[in-house]
Amino acid sequence: MHRRTRIRFAAAGAAALALLPLTAHAADTTATQAAGIAADTVWVVVAACLVLFMQAGFAMLEVGFTRMKNVGTVVAKVIVNLSISSIVYWICGFAFAFGAATGFTNSLIGVTGFAPSFHPGSTLNLPILNAASTAPAAAKFFFEFVFCAVSLAIVWGTMLERTKFIVYILFAIPFAGFIYPMISHWLFGGGWLMTSLGAQDFAGSTVVHLTGATAGFAGLLLLGPRIGKYSRDKKPNAIPGHSMPLAQLGVIILWFGWFGFNPGSTLNATNLHFADVVITTNLAAAAGALAAMATIYRLQKSVDVGMIGNGAIAALVAITAPSGYVQPWAAIIIGAVAGVIVVFGVIAIDKWIDDPVGALSAHGLAGIWGTLSCGLFTDPQLAAFNGVGQGGLVYTGSFKQLGAQAAAVSAAFVTVFALSYGLFWAIRKTVGLRVSERHEIDGLDISEHGMWGYPEQFMPVPGGAYIHPDAVAEPARHLAGALVVPADPVPGEDHVRNADHAPTAGGVQS
Amino acid sequence: MKKVEAIIRPERLQAVQDAMDALGASGLTVTEVLGCGAQRGYTETYRGARANISLQRKVKVEAVVGDSMVEAVVTAITGAARTGEVGDGKIFIHPVDDAVRIRTGERGDAIVRHLQPEHWGH
Repeated sequence: MHRRTRIRFAAAGAAALALLPLTAHAADTTATQAAGIAADTVWVVVAACLVLFMQAGFAMLEVGFTRMKNVGTVVAKVIVNLSISSIVYWICGFAFAFGAATGFTNSLIGVTGFAPSFHPGSTLNLPILNAASTAPAAAKFFFEFVFCAVSLAIVWGTMLERTKFIVYILFAIPFAGFIYPMISHWLFGGGWLMTSLGAQDFAGSTVVHLTGATAGFAGLLLLGPRIGKYSRDKKPNAIPGHSMPLAQLGVIILWFGWFGFNPGSTLNATNLHFADVVITTNLAAAAGALAAMATIYRLQKSVDVGMIGNGAIAALVAITAPSGYVQPWAAIIIGAVAGVIVVFGVIAIDKWIDDPVGALSAHGLAGIWGTLSCGLFTDPQLAAFNGVGQGGLVYTGSFKQLGAQAAAVSAAFVTVFALSYGLFWAIRKTVGLRVSERHEIDGLDISEHGMWGYPEQFMPVPGGAYIHPDAVAEPARHLAGALVVPADPVPGEDHVRNADHAPTAGGVQS
Repeated sequence: MKKVEAIIRPERLQAVQDAMDALGASGLTVTEVLGCGAQRGYTETYRGARANISLQRKVKVEAVVGDSMVEAVVTAITGAARTGEVGDGKIFIHPVDDAVRIRTGERGDAIVRHLQPEHWGH
């Protein structure tokens, strides 16, 4: 029923479009425009919701790679960081990233649209975003906000299982309010990397992924490894995460969410480019998972579960920058190379610093590779379509675009690293980054949050197999007085009732 | 009374339990344990790093039986738990001073006497 109705509407729409040149009344044109705006708006908001769901992917990926004693703090962190970035990005992040400015200021940062108000269909002064799409400002704001939240989520994968909870709060505010928005302005919002250099980053291999991973790298250098990660001879030990199914569920949720992340970055449904981006995104992810599987099998003669997932994530990160600029054949190459990079990256980095989920490789190294790959594989026609930069090396024989991409990667890395290192250093000097050794061994769930993520794993739960003494049934205690052999002292009722006296109450020892 | 304590492979537990049921041994306590012996551990690979696991998962079966039953129980466990490979486990036999049945307060040998198999069902 529904389908048939929709087809009838579509047929009517096609007929109307065919007649449009003949009956070009102003009213028809306005109606077509309104339909276009509605299509763009629906697509941008739906894509943003897909990206928001990636928070669940990050939560499950991190939980899976974490030990059972630290799972609760991970999910609490994800929800708190999402909430902080929601509010901070509305107050000032969006204005810094996409607001208008003039001259030198505009090359660095936007300065209009702080704490924006929205009305149905209302617009803001957003030079770049308004050129890309007819969707109202509210839709654009929400789409750009969820990107900020993803970048913040990436920071913490490196620092799991030993970081104080307050650090997540203290770092989230300047990161979501300033650091991410500034880099975002440089490459998405009309800043110097985009307009002066023509650097291409379709959906944020550098802006979102490399920025998050670089901040995580700075924090990790000041934080140090988990207890037990390195033996006295400096050899890295495996600290297996508690659930490969949850980790890989996270990978699949991220893969799913990426269909909002990359195709949604068109901010536009009516130019139909988003459908092409779906294809490049999916092909790259598939190639990355398979390449990582083959690479780790060559190295350790086993099909490592975690590495396959890391391969898919690395490929998705890599295809993020070129997804709107390259053809499917190039997407497969980009994804496969990312899958190889992530395996060697995880193993090499593991010898040196302790990154439990492999975020430095999957988001950092793959983000760099993905950004550079535009300089190799960008289709000149798509560069012209998107209006940024030019074709890549294999099409043009020119290194110009590759040079612009390298400059963008370097500028983002150096800036984010310097700002983040400074912030984490200040946090370490004041409240400290790490929990105490005792708390780390006990687990962050009980020491930081006073409760376990998996209580029954660690304590007897009332109503479970081990029942609280007060819950013992009456008849069992009455039998104590009817013992056949009264050789041992019979304990009084009061002692049995009182849990504190339990060891003497039984009288077994005497 | 003696306590027969056998460390066995987890996958042989059902066979050991069946063999002891057939003898009429009246009770078992089974514990999951970790241990090491002549059988070396194994190596886990995890994202390119290695973990040498030196402790193997085993099952400990404890049964307190009358002195006359000890040899029969040991024979039953040995027969049921043996695979012939390193790692089949060991049996330890300890003296037991006394025993108390909590429900009734009865003491001594009587509470670990053997029942004929038809006295209980599975």
